[in-house]
Amino acid sequence: MQLLEIVNAVPASGLFSLAWLLIAIPLASAALLLVLGRYSDKWGHILATAAPLASFTIGLVLFGQMLSADEGSRAASVPLFEWLSTGNWTIEVGLLVDQLSILFVLLITGVGSLIHIYSIGYMAHDDRRRRFFAYLNLFIAAMLLLVLADNYLVLFVGWEGVGLASYLLISFWQHRPSAAAAGQKAFVVNRVGDLGMAMAIFTMLAWFGSSSFSDVNAGAAELTPFWATLLGLLLLLGACGKSAQVPLQSWLLDAMEGPTPVSALIHAATMVTAGVYLVVRSNAIYAQSEIALTAVAIVGTVTLLAGAWIGSSKDDIKKVLAGSTMSQIGYMMLAAGLGPVGAAFAIFHLITHGFFKANMFLGAGSVMHGMDDDVDMRHYGGLSKAMRVTFITFAAGYLAIIGFPFTAGFYSKDHIIEAAFDQNTVLGVLALIGAGVTAYYMTRLMVMTFFGKKRWADDVHPHESPLVMTVPLIILAIASLGAGLAMNGWIQGWLAPPTGHEVHDTPLVHFTTIGLLTLAVVIVGVLVGWFLHRGEIPRNEPTTKNPLVLAGRADLYGDALNEHAIIRPTRGLSKGVAAIDRGVVDGLTMGSASLAGGLSAWLRTAQNGYVRTYGLTLVIGIVALAAIVFFGQLV
Amino acid sequence: MSTILEITAPTLEWLQLSPLLVLLGAGAVGVLVEAFVPRTARYAVQVFIAGLAVVAALGLTINNWVAGETGIAAMGSVVTDGPTYVFWTMLLVFGLGGVALFAERGVGGGQSAFAASAATVPGSPLEREAERLKREHTEVFPLLVFALFGMLLFVASNDLLILFVALEILSLPLYLLSGMARRRRLLSQEAALKYFLLGAFASGFFLFGAALLYGYSGSFELGAIADAITEGTSSNLLLLAGMVLLAVGLLFKIGAVPFHAWTPDVYVGAPTPVTGFMAIATKTAAVGALLRIFYVALGAARWDWQPLLTGVAIATMLVGSVVALVQTDVKRLLAYSSIAHAGFILVGAVGVVAAAEDVSLNSVGSIAFYLLAYGFATLGAFAIVTMVRRSGGEANHLNAWRGLGRSHPVVATVMTLFLLSFAGIPPTAGFVGKLAVFAAAWAGGYGWLVFLAVVFSLVAAFLYLKIVVAMWFQDPVEGETAEVATPSLWTWCVLVVAALATIVLGILPGGLLELFNGAAEFIR
Repeated sequence: MQLLEIVNAVPASGLFSLAWLLIAIPLASAALLLVLGRYSDKWGHILATAAPLASFTIGLVLFGQMLSADEGSRAASVPLFEWLSTGNWTIEVGLLVDQLSILFVLLITGVGSLIHIYSIGYMAHDDRRRRFFAYLNLFIAAMLLLVLADNYLVLFVGWEGVGLASYLLISFWQHRPSAAAAGQKAFVVNRVGDLGMAMAIFTMLAWFGSSSFSDVNAGAAELTPFWATLLGLLLLLGACGKSAQVPLQSWLLDAMEGPTPVSALIHAATMVTAGVYLVVRSNAIYAQSEIALTAVAIVGTVTLLAGAWIGSSKDDIKKVLAGSTMSQIGYMMLAAGLGPVGAAFAIFHLITHGFFKANMFLGAGSVMHGMDDDVDMRHYGGLSKAMRVTFITFAAGYLAIIGFPFTAGFYSKDHIIEAAFDQNTVLGVLALIGAGVTAYYMTRLMVMTFFGKKRWADDVHPHESPLVMTVPLIILAIASLGAGLAMNGWIQGWLAPPTGHEVHDTPLVHFTTIGLLTLAVVIVGVLVGWFLHRGEIPRNEPTTKNPLVLAGRADLYGDALNEHAIIRPTRGLSKGVAAIDRGVVDGLTMGSASLAGGLSAWLRTAQNGYVRTYGLTLVIGIVALAAIVFFGQLV
Repeated sequence: MSTILEITAPTLEWLQLSPLLVLLGAGAVGVLVEAFVPRTARYAVQVFIAGLAVVAALGLTINNWVAGETGIAAMGSVVTDGPTYVFWTMLLVFGLGGVALFAERGVGGGQSAFAASAATVPGSPLEREAERLKREHTEVFPLLVFALFGMLLFVASNDLLILFVALEILSLPLYLLSGMARRRRLLSQEAALKYFLLGAFASGFFLFGAALLYGYSGSFELGAIADAITEGTSSNLLLLAGMVLLAVGLLFKIGAVPFHAWTPDVYVGAPTPVTGFMAIATKTAAVGALLRIFYVALGAARWDWQPLLTGVAIATMLVGSVVALVQTDVKRLLAYSSIAHAGFILVGAVGVVAAAEDVSLNSVGSIAFYLLAYGFATLGAFAIVTMVRRSGGEANHLNAWRGLGRSHPVVATVMTLFLLSFAGIPPTAGFVGKLAVFAAAWAGGYGWLVFLAVVFSLVAAFLYLKIVVAMWFQDPVEGETAEVATPSLWTWCVLVVAALATIVLGILPGGLLELFNGAAEFIR
């Protein structure tokens, strides 16, 4: 693999030195709303919406300056303060505004602002709306810190911050036990991913004495193959947790318990893509290890199929979209796992996906808004007439995700499939199949929701949402259709410095064999989806023996696997250690009969037994220590 | 001519020893106050004396530190070096927090957390009489000052005998304090007795170990023991046996597995202010002494004790983080959390990264920072435990904490902050502490141990999550909900300082970490 060209960021000057404001504004807004509490109920949502808009404006100005600058001086580093410095170890808190991070800034603040605006309408009747907006602002700040950090340690702070905001928002409707449980699950699964991140950072500190991107990139070439692979796999583990990739995917479906704008912002457009960002950002490390890179591609491919499978068998509109998110992020991972060739495509798809998936999630929220918060697609049907704007904007997202020619997904996804075919036919074929399944389940969603006969109950009166909700939908719909055209010829060149990739020419009208094949597969998927759901759809989920459907409905048994492979053994271990800690020594002293025959009763009556027991533990401990020491002598 | 037994007066470095002397003097004055000052005025006088003494000792410590008053003092028995000053400063800061928590009378409706008359039989007419007369034990303040004196001496001892004496000085007041809870007195007395018996047992081993090391080296002085090991002429068996037994006494105080059995019972039984003080100050003192003994006296034999501490560290992290998962009492949860933290600290101690120019994070500096971060969170968390009450007493069952986030968002937020710091989630101080000790262990060549420690720290995070979930995401149980008592200024001060420190040390840890790392060189 070729060595990557390393681009050094120039020290920030002028407006760039104010980049910290990007983060500070939403953070200050969140803090203000939380501190003022009820006093800010009246205007809290306005302030909270203004904050990401302000950040977006700053982002746009910075972006404009970068566009006009020449390529060598586009990236700017903004050192803020020294976090810790001891001996030869200095960790600075700094920001890196470069071609990669500025795109994320625009996505996060742009889509984020639209979702804030939408939420004003969506959460209008919630008496904790101000708190909701405070959490959203907190999320925006943490997410911006994540993408703007110039080293892994600060990135990790943002990483934990978005996690925290995500749990708060998933369990926002805490009166629902399922919401609290979902938040907890997200926390638990993400901790596994964090293990990978933490260990990766320690490895970097040990190897490079620094965790900054520039030092790590510069030193990556010195890594031995073993450590490069290990580092790559650890980062992948972190990415899997955050981006809901197999095998850490199970939390994302449950996360749909959160309010729909949260699903759109965090669990579709931004946070869940942080894993892709991490992998692309760490391209210098992956360049050193073919194995780690292949692992990324495999994880991506498996997830894109698994997500599509789950999406095909759910009736809950949000869960279909969640499965689809998993699947689309799988595509991005696959692209990132193809090496420098795919990195720019991964980010391209990430951005277009941010538009069309946020569009569809908000559309789903609009449908739910009109359907009294019912999420079951079997209760919809024929909504295209009742909700004109929602239908049309949703259709734009639909066309984009299936890759209808000249929409956003057409460009971004086809590039990935083509690049996959270039590298490995198996990956290419699987990605192609994924495209077909995507077309199938999205068509299924469209048909069940917007077409056919109405299946909703008589007391439900579907209606179009207010303007504050539909305007963001319209903007996102336009982006879903046009973003591909706008960025296709430009993004690869733009991202070449941070991803280290030579630019391939990808013209706007360009039908290759693979491209045509993809189109054919998509058409088949659409036709099958329409054919199977054109008739009567039962209001209740039909029982089926089809193992494919059953597995999909059970989230491919992710929960069962976790339960048996992790939760039960942990609980068993915990009980076992507790028993040893309290009981076994007692049992030894008193004979197993008392242990079986009401240990607790005996413990209560024989309080002095306790101290004796503890004393015995102490002695056993000494023997154990002595054994360790003397055994150590023999070795 | 008959030889006259000549006794030379010991030379004392008064300034160097002044923080110790101030505390000892204040403790003695406190005892006199009990005898001569009328009962009604004692509380104010005792709080004043204790507070003033700790502040004065803190001021003297910082003054001496800045002035560079380092060296061996009191005829070779006490040493003031960088680590001494670091640990003294921390201990005195925690001691100040302890005084504030002890002085708190607001949460109990004008009563302190201590028994009205500890000598009365629980439930007896005498006890009721004492309650009626609103008696209270102001002796707790001199006891705290004495304990603090013992702790300061403990981390500065250059001599195994002084070390033993200091161990007893710090332990005895704590045994007493543990038995003086106002509520659930039987539980408290039982805890005190257990603590005393087991503590005495462990001290015996410590003394035995000291004797064996004397047999090995012919001296109690840490430097002399180190020299004897370097020469390596004596029997190795004496050294190893002495080392193990010495370790037992120290690991007992730290609360490391398998010498932790007392921790949950005593933490639950003792009055909560005492638990808070004990949880952090005793641990700090014992860790300081452990580092001094193992790094200075036994440094040359590190290949012998590294496996020992490694094994203990793993067992401690395992028990602390895993057993806590099945607990439902908040104080008990915090007790197991303190065990887990002892494990993380030992991970940092195993690596033995000495202070040097080119070393980024040495073991002593990192551990000190960890203790500081853990200390503020601990003081704060126990302060909140004293405030969450139901029908007059503390409500320690997790069920009582349910729904606290909605009824008392500020208290719940602050508690969450402390729990996040315990769990090591950025940007709190606990994160930097964990990062520092793990990095030190890694630099010492214990990467695999760091991996285990990170895994355990993730497991341990769940136990804090349990409390967070109960506070924010669970509905209150009918009839079990707790009230949050409004504390006086004392507890508020502790809470505000602890919360600020937890955040500031997380965001701007640089200065202190640098200071601690620069002052990590032992003198022998």
